[in-house]
Amino acid sequence: MTKTRSALVPVMTIISLIMVIWYGCVVLLNAQFEWDQAERIGKETSWSQVIPATMKQERPVLPAPHQVGQEIWKTTVEKKISSKRSLIYHASITISATLLGFLMGTALGILLAVGIVHSRVLDKSMMPWIITSQTIPILAIAPMIIVVLNSVGVTGLFPKAVISTYLSFFPVAVGMVKGLRSPEAMHLDLMKTYNASSAETLWKLRLPASVPFLFTSMKVAIAASLVGAIVGELPTGAVAGLGARLLAGSYYGQTVQIWSALVVAAIVAGLLVTFIGIIGKRVNARMGVKEELA
Amino acid sequence: MSSTAVLVMSIVFWLVAWFINTRLSRMEPKTQIGQTSVNLAIPFLFGAALIGLWEGITVGFEVPSVLLPPPSMIWERITNSIPILWADFQQTYLKAVLSGYVMGCGLGFIIAIVVDRSPFFKAGIMPIGNLVSALPIIGIAPIMVMWFGFDWQSKAAVVVVMTFFPMLVNTVAGLAAANSMERDLMKTYAASYWQSLFKLRLPAAMPFIFNALKINSTLALIGAIVAEFFGTPIVGMGFRISAEVGRLNVDMVWAEIFVAALAGSLSYGAIALMERSVTFWHPSNRK
Repeated sequence: MTKTRSALVPVMTIISLIMVIWYGCVVLLNAQFEWDQAERIGKETSWSQVIPATMKQERPVLPAPHQVGQEIWKTTVEKKISSKRSLIYHASITISATLLGFLMGTALGILLAVGIVHSRVLDKSMMPWIITSQTIPILAIAPMIIVVLNSVGVTGLFPKAVISTYLSFFPVAVGMVKGLRSPEAMHLDLMKTYNASSAETLWKLRLPASVPFLFTSMKVAIAASLVGAIVGELPTGAVAGLGARLLAGSYYGQTVQIWSALVVAAIVAGLLVTFIGIIGKRVNARMGVKEELA
Repeated sequence: MSSTAVLVMSIVFWLVAWFINTRLSRMEPKTQIGQTSVNLAIPFLFGAALIGLWEGITVGFEVPSVLLPPPSMIWERITNSIPILWADFQQTYLKAVLSGYVMGCGLGFIIAIVVDRSPFFKAGIMPIGNLVSALPIIGIAPIMVMWFGFDWQSKAAVVVVMTFFPMLVNTVAGLAAANSMERDLMKTYAASYWQSLFKLRLPAAMPFIFNALKINSTLALIGAIVAEFFGTPIVGMGFRISAEVGRLNVDMVWAEIFVAALAGSLSYGAIALMERSVTFWHPSNRK
């Protein structure tokens, strides 16, 4: 607890510093527009008039934090959830694709890890390819997956979730290989003296031992999976979801809309990661995992 | 050759490759060279078998090429459109990715060294940096396109922001890697701050820094390609991908992905090689 409290003051200082810089940039970047505007109608103007005006432009180059805050308030609390303009509606669509992709990715990752730990051939032939698969900028094929799956009639959540799956299986697979190999040789030997089969060793020793590793890698995986879902929404032509809001905002120059979608995406990412973290902490505590492992 | 024959051959090839791999993985060559060549041959055979199977299935079951073109068709497209691919590669990789990568990593590194001098700032920036690293930063792409225009500068800006935070967080963590005994030793040598930074703490931080460089090499490519979805001049890998998807020229998309994968793997490999020569002292590199 003392650790979090001692971090609070510096973090708040940095955040307020960022806010000050942000407002400074708002004035700097948006002022030009106000000067031009005043010149066009031939009116004398001064900084004392320009500075407040930069904070409430319709389509600012950089919206001020309170404008973004107001927009988020307006599109979450004041709109009905079913409304197409509600950010909660868009966020929920993105989140459902994220979660579906995350679940599939985690399952795939665990399966791969179990296979790799149990078979030397799989280990030697697949591990290099799993690592190579992540050096491929896979988001590049996101539009293709969406369009191709659309053309065979698969629409909706699933195509987006496929992209999330691809991004999220890697951290889980790598983390779980490490986790499943984490039991000490002594413990493995003990299982052998019990005449345990490899399936029994897996269920009773390897899997329980890998739980802390699973949660650590799941935190990375869910963040990656959200990125996948957002990018997956770009090529569908701005229908629904946070990615669609970004795209629509960039088409119509609605900077406030872009920033509010971005901030909501950041909040969602933060919540999802924290959520996994809390579950992980609970599970680890129940299973008696030592702190430094988790 | 009929399509069924291709399918059968590819399956036979796959089975043979599988059999050889099982044998190879059981072998334990005594010499160093034998060990390396076996470790290279197994994934290579696996990859070849996978591509063979892909060819066999797409040709054998006559999968429409809009869904999944066979590798031979993609290869033909690659060899036929090298000028286009090269122009896209230049625009996206040589201009946007490289400049953004160098600026983002350099900036992250410098800020990390500045921040490291003040424990207060370090305590404030680290949680924020860790949080931002998990955020979907790619979303700033439309904003950057608005600010810096359609050309490569906006893509480089996205890459700068994407690569900055992993570098910052990893370098700060790396600078704390040298233990207090080693630092005390530097103090007994009467080393100045800069001397102990350059001779002890930076070398000790290298594994962390290279970790960030590796993560960033993929992130940079992704950032530049996705940023191109939001608007580009009519050249660039991301532009080509989204344009050709719209025209259902899927083989061209795959050709572009091949180039991206090649660029991604090669830059990753180059960084890994550099890492090995810089951090030769690290336990993971010792024989």
